[in-house]
This record gives sequence, structure tokens and C-alpha cells, in this order.
Amino acid sequence: MSALPTPAPFVESDTEEFWSATAAGRLLLKKCNADGTVIWYPRSLCPVCHSTDTSWFEASGEGVVYSFTVSHRGEGPYREAAPYVLAYVELDEGPRLMTNIVDCEPGSVSIAQRVRVVFDDTGEGNALVRFTPV
Amino acid sequence: MSIRGKAFIAGAYEHPLRDIPDRTTAQVHADVALGAIADAGLTLDDVDAYFCAGDAPGFGGLSMADYLGLRDLSYIDSTEMGGSSYVAHVGHAAAAIAAGKCSVALITLAGRPRNERMRGRGGGGRPSPETSFESLYGVNTVSSYALAAQRHMYEFGTTSEQLAEIKVAASLHAQHNPNAFLPKPVTIKEVVDSRMVSSPLHLLDCCVITDGGGAVVVVSPEVARSLPRRTVKILGHGEATKNIDNGRIDLTYTGARWSGPRAFEEAGVSHADIDYASIYDSFTITVLETIEDLGFCAKGEGGRFVSDGALVAPYGKLPFNTDGGGLCNNHPTNRGGITKVIEAVRQLRGEAHPEVQVPNPQIALAHGTGGSLGTRMGSATLILGQEDS
Repeated sequence: MSALPTPAPFVESDTEEFWSATAAGRLLLKKCNADGTVIWYPRSLCPVCHSTDTSWFEASGEGVVYSFTVSHRGEGPYREAAPYVLAYVELDEGPRLMTNIVDCEPGSVSIAQRVRVVFDDTGEGNALVRFTPV
Repeated sequence: MSIRGKAFIAGAYEHPLRDIPDRTTAQVHADVALGAIADAGLTLDDVDAYFCAGDAPGFGGLSMADYLGLRDLSYIDSTEMGGSSYVAHVGHAAAAIAAGKCSVALITLAGRPRNERMRGRGGGGRPSPETSFESLYGVNTVSSYALAAQRHMYEFGTTSEQLAEIKVAASLHAQHNPNAFLPKPVTIKEVVDSRMVSSPLHLLDCCVITDGGGAVVVVSPEVARSLPRRTVKILGHGEATKNIDNGRIDLTYTGARWSGPRAFEEAGVSHADIDYASIYDSFTITVLETIEDLGFCAKGEGGRFVSDGALVAPYGKLPFNTDGGGLCNNHPTNRGGITKVIEAVRQLRGEAHPEVQVPNPQIALAHGTGGSLGTRMGSATLILGQEDS
């Protein structure tokens, strides 16, 4: 567990499987069965070819930092959390996920840095998908 | 069909206040509606089309139409594209007028973020489909734009000092605006030494938070001819959305990449023809990426372009935001699109402050950005000309 807040997600019918898997420490992605596109964020429609034939698969959980910022002013649940690192991580499978880089000095994060997934339990049967330097 | 020359901006009004504790948001909408309609030489009874966005209290445009007593509307549009909405509304109004649907269109923006808790993004109580994949990680407006700035710096070597040039130019203009929220000129050093809010964006890379609003009146050529006031011809309009692109978001460009060429093509003008530009400036990085995407310089060259006073009126290469912009003057209700149109109208009418008035401008551009450079966004570009252009 990182020290960051863990607000619970709003789970809907087409993202239930994603969030359940996070509780078991698994990062699932959606794939389009028609054109092979890896889909992000998870949805039951391929935003590239618009097929509705999609399926889940488990991601490697590794990637690189695409961009990041050290936020010195949090809002809502993050009001007391600053400074913290907000980032886009580009997974090896392609998608760029908005996330946090945790368990490291905020000032040590850099673009292209290699990271791997960690799961922060929300206490509501799921976990937030965060990343830590490899 | 083109809207070129089919509609004119006849009235423009910016609320003079920046902190409004003692009026309701509906009242401020009414203040700016009456101001713009009087500027046009018309009355609210002449209005047959009303445009507003998410800042308008109530149900779409219906509540404000009722409040204002607009009794004879034949056209209503509450397109919501964040801060770019009102730039888009001018294009939509021109298209509606060109199609014969209406002849006097009123567009209003107003809000009081300094005094009233704002409604959250996304509208309504139910989260958007992306909400749980973004908002749980502590993203806010500044940090979202900061992600774009950081990536632009990484790919193109853009520096904090170059971003600061944008704030400095805006502040040089704001010193001549008695209503500006931040009227004091600042230096590059003051910008880069200001408190880091979300790296690499400092406090002075951010726009102001102000109450207030503005309104614009768009009319048909027949109505324009009947008015005593000098009007501004609408030459071209373009708009676009930019998505997160199935999680392959590229943070180094904006939707201006598409809205700009659409507006230039409709107007039939080139970059060299633009005498003045209102560029949406929620943050310094917003201006930098937009200038590149509109084609005033190549992608990645924005840092060099804005250095050495290019944006400073009246004699820079591209005089911009001569009211002081969102960075120094006004960013009413956290969405400043209408002020971008208003200052472009002032410039073309020769009514900007004499110290920043571009000599005899013929063509002006106004650009709006809504949503976030860090996620999904709307862009709208207008090209305006003299009444007889």
C-alpha cells in the first residue's frame, strides 16, 4: 500500500470484471476481437473499429512513464496528499493510463522511466492501479 | 455553404467586475446580456436566438431565456465545450443566421467561482464513463495541463522561461486595463520563481480565478446595416474535439490542429493576414501548443516563437490577448471563451486601449479551448474581419 488516498471507483456493469480483478492483483485490459485493438479505458465498444465484440485479457503490468507532474496542491480526497506524482504510464500493451507513481521520491520520477503495477486496496472489494519504479 | 460574410458581431460586452459577492449568477448573465445588446443598439425584444453553455443556471438555455424574458426565440443552442463553447457559439449563430433560422443571436457567459461553489465537471450526479479511470488518481485542472507541459518540454526542449514569456506579454497588456485582476507587469524571473503548483507549472503559469462574464450579439447582414454601430464581419469558423484516442493520447498538441485549418479555409485568409489573435490562455502551455497547432510556427517551435516579445502588442509578430487575457485580466467562471471574442471585436473596432491597439487591423483570430489538454478537449477558432472586408 502506498500512502496516497484510495477513493473507491464507481463500478458499472461493463467494468465490474476489471475492478474485481484488481482485488486479486490482476490488471485486465479489454481487447477488440474484430481488429485486435487493445482498448483503454475499458468499455464494451472498440473505439477504433466500433465492433462490440470484445474480451478481457491480463496485462503484463509493466510500462514506462509517458508524462508526469508533481502535484503540490491536491483537491478533495487528495487535499492532504501533496506532494504526489500524477502520471500517464504507457503499458507495454500500448495504452497510456492515468495513474500515480508511488513508493519513491516524487522528485526522482522521469519520463521514459520503467515502472510496474502495484495495487492499492480501497477497502471496497477493489484496488487502485498505481505504478512504482522497477 | 460557407458562413463567410453571412453574419456580423454587432455587440460585445465584458462585465467590469472580477469579484461579485452580492449578485446572483442569473443577474450577472442579465448584466452582460443587457450590456451587449445595448452596445449593438438593440433591445432584448429584438433577440430571436439564445446561446449559452454549462455556466448558465438551470436547464440548458430554458431557464435563462425565461429569466431574461426572451419571448420570441426561434433558435436555441446550449452546446457545452467548456471554455471553447462561446467561440463555437459565434460560429453556430452565424450558421443559423446564414440558414435563415434567426437574425439576432445573443450569447452569454457568467459565473462566480470566487463566491459560489462550482458544479463539478461532467454535469449531473452520475459519473462519466472515464471518471473512475482518471479522477481517483488526484487529477485536477492544473495537474492535467501540467502533464501536457512536461511532455512538450521532454519532446521539444521547451523551457519554463519560454512559457513565462507568455505570462510576461499578457501582463504588459493588462497594465493598461483598469479592470484587470492582475494589472501589474511581471518578469520572467518572477514567473519561474513563483510557487510550483504542479510541475512544471508555477502559480504565474496559471490563469486567474474571477467572477464575471461577457456577452456577444451576432446579427444578420440586414440587421447589421440598420445599426449605427460599427460591426465586425464573421469570416470563418472551425471547431473540433480531441479525444484521449483509446488511451494513446498525445499530449503535445490540441484540437486547434483541426479547428484552425477549418476556420482559415472558410475565411480564405492566411496566417500572414492575421493582425491580432486572442488565444485561449488557461495556462501558459495552452497558448504555446495552440500557436503551434494553429500554424503560426512549426510543432515544437512555440518556445522560440514566443521569445523576444513576439506576442507583445502593438508591434510583436503576433500581438495577442491585449486585454491581459485569462492569465491576467479575466477568466470568468473558469471558462474565458467569450472574452477572447470580445477583445478581438475591440481590436477590429479600434477600441482596445491605445497602448495596445494594433494599428488599423483588418483580420483578427479568436481561439477557444475547453476541457483539458491532459485528457479530452474542445477547440473552436473564429476569424473575424472589418465590416467591409
